[in-house]
Amino acid sequence: MIKTIRPKLELLSRDLIQKIIEEAYDILEKQGVFVENQEALKLLREAEMKVDESTQRVHITSQLVKDCLSSTPSIIRLYDRAGEREFIVGEDHVHFDPGSAAVTILDHKTVEQRKASTGDLVKFYCLTECLEYIHFQSTGLISSDVPDLISDSYRLYLGLQFSKKPVVTGTFRVEGFKPMFDMLVAVRGSEKELVEKPLAIFDACPSPPLKWSNLTTQSLIDCARAGIPSELISMGMTGATSPVTIAGTLVQHVVENLSGLVICQLAKKGAPVIFGGSPSSFDMRKGTTPMGAIETMMIDSAYAQIGKYLNLPTHAYMGLSDSKINDSQAGFETGIGAIVAVLSGVNVISGPGMMDFESCQSLEKLVIDNEICGMAYRLIDGISQRDEPIAKNLFEGFTPDTQFLSMPHTRKWYREEHIFPKVVDRDTYDYWVYLGKKSITDRASEEVERILQENPPHLPDEALQKELQKIMTADAKNCGISSLPEIKL
Amino acid sequence: MDKEELFDKMEKAIIEGDKEEAESLAKEAVKENLDLNEVIEKGCVPGIQKVGDLWEKGEYFLPELITSAECMKAAMEVFKPELKKANIETRSYGKIVIGTVEGDIHDIGKNLVASMLSANGFEVIDLGADVKLEKFIEKSEAENADFICLSALLTTTMLGQKKAIEMLKEKNLFGRFKVLVGGAPVNQKWANDIGADGYAENAMIAVKAVKKLIEE
Repeated sequence: MIKTIRPKLELLSRDLIQKIIEEAYDILEKQGVFVENQEALKLLREAEMKVDESTQRVHITSQLVKDCLSSTPSIIRLYDRAGEREFIVGEDHVHFDPGSAAVTILDHKTVEQRKASTGDLVKFYCLTECLEYIHFQSTGLISSDVPDLISDSYRLYLGLQFSKKPVVTGTFRVEGFKPMFDMLVAVRGSEKELVEKPLAIFDACPSPPLKWSNLTTQSLIDCARAGIPSELISMGMTGATSPVTIAGTLVQHVVENLSGLVICQLAKKGAPVIFGGSPSSFDMRKGTTPMGAIETMMIDSAYAQIGKYLNLPTHAYMGLSDSKINDSQAGFETGIGAIVAVLSGVNVISGPGMMDFESCQSLEKLVIDNEICGMAYRLIDGISQRDEPIAKNLFEGFTPDTQFLSMPHTRKWYREEHIFPKVVDRDTYDYWVYLGKKSITDRASEEVERILQENPPHLPDEALQKELQKIMTADAKNCGISSLPEIKL
Repeated sequence: MDKEELFDKMEKAIIEGDKEEAESLAKEAVKENLDLNEVIEKGCVPGIQKVGDLWEKGEYFLPELITSAECMKAAMEVFKPELKKANIETRSYGKIVIGTVEGDIHDIGKNLVASMLSANGFEVIDLGADVKLEKFIEKSEAENADFICLSALLTTTMLGQKKAIEMLKEKNLFGRFKVLVGGAPVNQKWANDIGADGYAENAMIAVKAVKKLIEE
């Protein structure tokens, strides 16, 4: 059998990649980056980097970057809550997770955005859990019925209870790490087991241009020491917080990611790091950051190519839309983004369900996007030679009446070769009318209800539930919060 | 093999679409002198019914439907001459003349409908594709058919369905045969407009439509 090729998209020539990296090295060494965290500054000083104490500007030599690159793993193995199913983050493996940390949810009935609460988060987790093509969970919604102070730990607390999938999350405060780490350890049983089988990825966003805030830097250090993969989320906005050219933004992107990677490696040599981001093409007319812009996707695809060139696992915010409702724009931006992402081999693709410049999640969109993800996976599975010969035997003694429906070859292969989406409309016009002239959003809404009704949540055992509750309650108490919302199923 | 075991195996062969197995089980049934109508009733029919259920549940798609129907057909091909020799009537729910109307050479949909009707116990006379309208009528009269099924895939040839019904009226045969229409451009409204007795969206619905017309 002839080997199947994995379809790929590469936007940059090798010469351009190398030039971008060279300029990034030059900036790191000559201009440096701002690091607003004392512990990181200490680590950098100990590594004999030049630190300007008054401005907290650090100059990082290319030699240190190269050393740190060589100690960063090229593959990360994540495990589900039970520690059984393994997911490889690296090479050309791709995993979708819902776009993270939305502040609102699109209410299907009123078609209005509203703040999300505990019940919405539970539904979101339970739904994501059942969507086949969304491999990872993300703490995709912020719950407005708890104070902001604990919204980072609270979303992970709910996520770990209602989902078995590995989870993409992150801290909103320096103190948030401890309870979140404790919860992950509680799931695994010990710190050692958490290092051996990571369950969560923590996002850390540098502030463009070229600044690592105290909070995100602390997250990098804490995660590195705990063996938790850090996903570096550089997010330049072309012409606003990064150079206007795509190649120029890529230079800044590399500087920010490599400086983050150095901090991780200095905190713990061999710490898992993901070369990621959420940059955007800045819309000069509206002053907005469209995630569905083709230029945004080009930046994402290109930095992922650079990440691969550096032999690192990659991440991007793709497969999402800026539309406010589930309309054509929501579908096409998500579709194009998902296809570009998988062809670029981005390992962790955060986006499904998300709309309105990363601010809103929609359960209906999540269901629709799951099917987009399914098609994207099918695309990269490529075209295979299934049989020897391919097909010429099927034509032996063919007549004008020959058809392929009843051939064993058809029954054997059709489900491998073709996928069958659920909410995408493939009915005849008459049957579609008979079914009530529904839009894809109507069907997705019914699918959300069906999934939630038919699939009770996968709760962990009672001891673990209690342990998680204990950690959450203690964290809330430390923040002066005496009670947490009741969880209704 | 005792007969119960053979019934089970036949049912399984039909569900799994294993044509060779269905055929060899049929031959074995003949060799063992089993009551062939019992084999059909207790082996083949439950098999094809299960296939229909799996289709309704959305687990089986067209390839499973048609391969299973072909298994049924393969077994029946073995039984028919034996039943005829022994002068035993096979139970038929009705006689159906089917074909794609003149000017239209598309017949995959029609073949599916024919296979499913046949697998569900109807006697199907398939005239093929590009069939002259007169021939549908002649054959139906000669065979004393219960149903005429007219397939058309093109918007141009679907007019043939209308013409065929007009011809039946001219010959005072309208009402003697139930007429069903199908094909990609055809819909219920068209069926109503031209005075057809039934319309089916797909092969499984065609079986239901025919059964429903019998009950009426």
